[in-house]
Amino acid sequence: MPQVFHPPLLLGLKLALAAVVLVATALWLLVYKALPAHSGPLTPQQPIPFSHKHHAGDDGIDCRYCHYSVETSAFAGIPSNEVCLTCHSQLFNDAATLEPLRDSARTGRPIAWVRVHDLPDFVFFNHSIHVAKGVGCVECHGRVDRMPRIERVASLEMQWCLGCHRDPVPRLRPPEKVFDMASQPPRDPKARAALVARLHLLPTRHMTDCSTCHR
Amino acid sequence: MPSLKFTRREFLKLGAASAALAGAGCAPPAERIVPYANQPENALPGVPRFYASAASFVGGAEGMLIEANTGRPTKVEGNPAHPGSLGATSVQGQAAVLQLWDPERSKAPRRGGQPATRDALARELNDALGSLRAGEGVRVLIDGSTSPTLARQLELLGKRFPAARVHRWDPLEPVARREGGRLAFGRPLEPLVRLEEAGAILDLDSRFLEDHPFRLNYARQYARGREVRGGRMSRLYVFESAPSLAGAVADHRYAMPAHDIESWLVEGDRRQKAILEDLKKNRGVILAGESLSPQAHARVHRLNGELGASVSYVPPAQIDALPLPPLVEDMRAGRVKLLLILEGNPAYDAPADLAFAEALAAVPLSVHLSLYFDETSARSTWHVPATHFMEHWSDARAFDGTAAIVQPVIAPLYDGVSPHEMVSLVLQESRRGYDIVRETWRDIDWPAALRSGVVPESASRTVKVAPRSVDMPRAAPREGWSVRFVPDQSVLDGRFANNAWLQELPRSESKITWDNAALLSPASAKTLGVAVDDMLEISLGERRLLAPVWLVPGHADGTVTLALGYGRTHAGSVGNGVGFNAFLLRTSTSLWKAHGVSLRKAPGHHGFATTQNHARMEGRDLARHVRLEELVKKGKAWDEETPRHSLYKEWPYEGYRWAMVVSLNNCVGCNACTIACQAENNIPVVGREEVIAGREMHWIRVDRYYQQHDYGEVTLFQPVPCMHCENAPCEYVCPVEAAVHDSEGLNLQVYNRCVGTRFCSQNCPYKVRRFNFLQYSSHDENLKAQKNPEVTVRRRGVMEKCTYCVQRIQRARIEAEKANRRIADGEVITACQAACPTGAIVFGDLNDPGSAVNRAKRSPLEYDLLAELNTRPRTSYEGRVLNRNPDLHE
Amino acid sequence: MSEIDARLQRWGYASVTDKISDVVLRRPTHWIWAGGFVVTALGSALLFAGIGYLFAVGIGIWGVNIPVAWGFAIANFVWWIGIGHAGTFISAILLLLRQKWRTSINRFAEAMTLFAAGIAGLFPILHLGRPWFFYWLVPYPNVMELWPQWRSALVWDIFAISTYLIVSLLFWYLGVVPDLATLRDRATSRVKQVLYGLFALGWRGEARHWARFETVYLLLAGLATPLVVSVHSVVSLDFAIGIVPGYHSTVFPPYFVAGALFSGFAMVLTLAIPMRHFFRLEDFITGRHLELAAKVLLACGWIVAYGYFIETFTAFYGADRFEIAMVKDRFFGFYGPLYWLVLFCNVVAPQILWWRAARRSVWTLFVLSLVVQLGMWSERVMIVVQSMHRDFMPSAWGLFIPTVWDWIILGGSIAFFFFLFLAFLRFLPAISIYEMRKLVHEEEAQ
Repeated sequence: MPQVFHPPLLLGLKLALAAVVLVATALWLLVYKALPAHSGPLTPQQPIPFSHKHHAGDDGIDCRYCHYSVETSAFAGIPSNEVCLTCHSQLFNDAATLEPLRDSARTGRPIAWVRVHDLPDFVFFNHSIHVAKGVGCVECHGRVDRMPRIERVASLEMQWCLGCHRDPVPRLRPPEKVFDMASQPPRDPKARAALVARLHLLPTRHMTDCSTCHR
Repeated sequence: MPSLKFTRREFLKLGAASAALAGAGCAPPAERIVPYANQPENALPGVPRFYASAASFVGGAEGMLIEANTGRPTKVEGNPAHPGSLGATSVQGQAAVLQLWDPERSKAPRRGGQPATRDALARELNDALGSLRAGEGVRVLIDGSTSPTLARQLELLGKRFPAARVHRWDPLEPVARREGGRLAFGRPLEPLVRLEEAGAILDLDSRFLEDHPFRLNYARQYARGREVRGGRMSRLYVFESAPSLAGAVADHRYAMPAHDIESWLVEGDRRQKAILEDLKKNRGVILAGESLSPQAHARVHRLNGELGASVSYVPPAQIDALPLPPLVEDMRAGRVKLLLILEGNPAYDAPADLAFAEALAAVPLSVHLSLYFDETSARSTWHVPATHFMEHWSDARAFDGTAAIVQPVIAPLYDGVSPHEMVSLVLQESRRGYDIVRETWRDIDWPAALRSGVVPESASRTVKVAPRSVDMPRAAPREGWSVRFVPDQSVLDGRFANNAWLQELPRSESKITWDNAALLSPASAKTLGVAVDDMLEISLGERRLLAPVWLVPGHADGTVTLALGYGRTHAGSVGNGVGFNAFLLRTSTSLWKAHGVSLRKAPGHHGFATTQNHARMEGRDLARHVRLEELVKKGKAWDEETPRHSLYKEWPYEGYRWAMVVSLNNCVGCNACTIACQAENNIPVVGREEVIAGREMHWIRVDRYYQQHDYGEVTLFQPVPCMHCENAPCEYVCPVEAAVHDSEGLNLQVYNRCVGTRFCSQNCPYKVRRFNFLQYSSHDENLKAQKNPEVTVRRRGVMEKCTYCVQRIQRARIEAEKANRRIADGEVITACQAACPTGAIVFGDLNDPGSAVNRAKRSPLEYDLLAELNTRPRTSYEGRVLNRNPDLHE
Repeated sequence: MSEIDARLQRWGYASVTDKISDVVLRRPTHWIWAGGFVVTALGSALLFAGIGYLFAVGIGIWGVNIPVAWGFAIANFVWWIGIGHAGTFISAILLLLRQKWRTSINRFAEAMTLFAAGIAGLFPILHLGRPWFFYWLVPYPNVMELWPQWRSALVWDIFAISTYLIVSLLFWYLGVVPDLATLRDRATSRVKQVLYGLFALGWRGEARHWARFETVYLLLAGLATPLVVSVHSVVSLDFAIGIVPGYHSTVFPPYFVAGALFSGFAMVLTLAIPMRHFFRLEDFITGRHLELAAKVLLACGWIVAYGYFIETFTAFYGADRFEIAMVKDRFFGFYGPLYWLVLFCNVVAPQILWWRAARRSVWTLFVLSLVVQLGMWSERVMIVVQSMHRDFMPSAWGLFIPTVWDWIILGGSIAFFFFLFLAFLRFLPAISIYEMRKLVHEEEAQ
């Protein structure tokens, strides 16, 4: 029988082998990148193109005006249509974009906003305690006051949560600065020490127990 | 309350959505946030609200605080201010929330079984009443309701239609107790006992821990009496014709057929002398049950008087009305033109000899108001869906007469009406339930009553009257078998038959789920030549019944116990065809006991689904007890475990150190803890087949052991939650750290990390871990709405177990840290602890020297379960103290 | 060596090669092989159907419950991994011990090892409640910043088994390379030529090749040897580190390894006897081979017997209430019959091997090999199930009753094993050609 494997074929085989390896790696990276946690800022289409930039930034409305339960409840609170209508019954009250709002007011059916910061349901996050202990809105939500359309800036991965739970102090602000988008956490050690005392921070050991977030 | 309506509509969506995602592992493409359209006042999403209310299950109201999460009732807690609760809940109280969300509740009115409208009903009623001006032929049949408002409305009805009559049928009605009162005092007074003051209790088949309207109150008082103070504690003698909780925890348990108890009371013997002696010495009290004759009750009243027992007498809390038999007569004779049945299910549970169902057919227009389209609905002209007590305004009286306002926690889920609205429909005024109830309580501090859950000074005045002496016929000694009917511990008279939580709740002594059985003593079984799982034919007169046999050690010989409430045909997919219908044997002359039944082995076999298959401890020192005299003599119950040393240095538990103590001395095995835990922690039901396969999911089970001693057989109940071992065997075998310790000593189970190797369960010596072998948690939207939003709903393939209600700990911690303080003792109350009527469960922080749990840990009765394994459990036990009467040596 | 050599006298290089390679290349498909192939193929299909259903519905389709949360899956795993031992033992340890007789059985024994270990590796995954997360047992950096829990024997398993699989695969494949080359050169069709050629990795049989080959082969043998001991020792720790009576026992590692070899050699016999018959390889796998295997069987049987004895002894000697209760239950409890079956199969039955006649009777050996495997499987079930069904809390005691799905997956795995083996017989030389040649050569040298 004739010789089967002559040099060029062998070369081809080797190259093919290499190609397979490369392609596989490339594909894997692609898929990995495509996983939700890695998909950078997320800005869905909302029923109403609400601009935080305009309301929180330009008009300087306090976060708590709409997110009314952020200091008292796990859930920050989403405004009911009355809250919107306090102004918008006068301003832009006939703007086309506000049709869903007027519709809601008419029918009593709520506006179904798309969740931007969505944790898995086995994660129990509580806004009130974070706010109470000096975690500024901006730490997780970014410069909302500069977002024409709300977007997610944090990965919300467990490692991201742990980063802060292991060493919270550098990310904490005095209570009065919590809702201040522009403020910065104190830098110098003395101020930080004072802050820790002021917030009555307990040892962080428990903050990394599974039971802190998972029940 | 429109705001509630919105709350419900909007937040069901939210609730459903989150429940659907719970445990789903990863977030879906786009989850929606649905805010209130109109914000109800001070409604705070994410913060549960509690509404004071009440419900009657065994003839007396039990106060409740109903937890609502964003408008969804999810859990029931007891109302400490309410005498019928004292903070505890019954198993039915806990299960009521599941009943509310039961997707098989009736949703719309029906005429002749066909969907119809309420207007059509109103029209038909008006026509009918138009022809019956004075209301001749108008009859109302009520159940055991205790509602003052309903009473008031029925009076109105009487005025409006002079010829109308109101009858009552409550299958659990304590006829003998009331007749006894009538004999002794001339009116149907019932004894209200201060159990905690009694140094000795003689219980004559009264079942005061399960069937009495004041059961929760009595249980608490009983437990107080059992505390060992200065070497003294109360003593409990129980004479029972059917296994009862009291019997199981008694110091002296005597089981005999009902008529023997009665004749024993008349004739007396050495034993009786000794017991009465003891009662006299210790300010004792005697309780009598339904299996005794009215004469016996009268006799007991008399004896109590002589003993100077702390008993006062109260009128019945239930609405007074005519009995059932005359009504059935009229129905047969065609004298009834319009029959209004306000709840209850007489076609199923009326005495068999009355043949109510046939009589009902003779009524031209019958209207049945009920939660389900049940046996009676199917035979009535009209069926009207009733609103659940969490959906409507009403009121209810506790056994001692204390009134409570029943307030809605959620707008009606379906097109239902409350009994009050129904009556007002008949009165042709059709007013709203709220107005009707409000009118009854015009001159009280309404908001205060709603807040506290009780109407102040509403308790009925207790009467101090000397009972007349009633001569008691000497009961001739009887031969042959007798039968004893008892309400099922879970489903009572069957009204909870479609409630899966209750069906799957193991009956305390038999540990049977999803069934009732013909309970026999081993001796009786031998004489009958039957064994467990055999079929038994029970015939009484011409009535026959087939029932599977189950043996209970310590059951009375010569009698068979049948639990009512089974064999339903129109209960729903859960309750239909479960068990056998004991009502078929129950006649108006023998409501609770019958003599001269013939029993014989029938062909066929049955498979019971039980949760405990081994009743003995095999010499292992698991559920401990000590006799009072020993305890007093030695000053301690048992020797300290020799501490075992470890190569590793102790973990310093700064912060909190959570721990629990379960007192076997208080525990009466009522199961409240088990079902409360189920409600709080979203524990699924698995169904009959899976229970047989050994896969029940209860996080806290109540073990039951029998122990033979020279001083007689002892029955021990032992609630077993997770021990939260400091050296937890489950933790070091988990490959993914799903079973892991936290810095406060909680033994965590991280569901979302669990891959399901089940190594932890293999290595758990207490076998308290539960595994989702299949997808158990339901996808039904209604049932999702019941779920506790603070607890993950577990999916198939993950391990779960008691968490010490970590969600409650976290809530308390967050509130405390926001206020910059420590969690106070008693601030974290676990679900089981809250429900327990006897306060047998204590939970708290060991690092707080003053905490209740620390006190309990110091008790001489305290011990660790399987301490020899050196697991160092955080949950420990207080052994039971047995207070035998030295003058009684059988 | 006398007998083997005597027989080999009649064979020269070429004929050895012909004889063996013909099985693969020329001999027409035997109807029995075809039949077996079809049957086992169907069985394998059943296995995968069962697995599909398992993943769709959950492990609730099995008889497992609380208290007996481990069932057939673990028993099968331990059993298969045990069978997987003989191969490496024969190839590696006997190689190092210069046991020439191993030559004609090591090739298929290695294949057996590979298949058995592969199937064994499947079971721990099937066993999981959420098998799709099995990779959480493997340490890898992740966004949760979580690692496996290193104190858990299951994590050790992952390493033990994967290492074992890899090494035995390499060892086996390396051994096949020269023969693949032979097949390539003698292949009749181009397709075969290409396929065998690809896997022969360009082997030309130069002295250089042989030199390196020998070194690597020896090194791998050295590497594989400790694994034979380590794998089943680690597996045994899954039980030994538990606190449950019947699991918690220090004798487990050696006792498990012996048991493994026991069932492994039994499987070697089960495979060798029909094979040598149907492919007329009696001259290569001679009666002497079988006899030697039988002796190993007898020896292992005794070690296992010792294990049984010492377990019972320590239970009473240690006077631990729970241990004693467990042993009593093992003898007379619900699963008692299983225990006595185990004793019969693993201790009583093998004793006939004291008689030369029995050792030389092919039929006796074949039947015995089956009996031993039944015995070893039952032993695994006994340990996994019986120990658990009555542990510390009588209130939690229960029973494990296998369901039809338990049996389907067990039967399916066996079918799949033979399916793979039959395929192997048909497409690769079941006996190492070059090693046989070497043997012949050494003969002529003398």
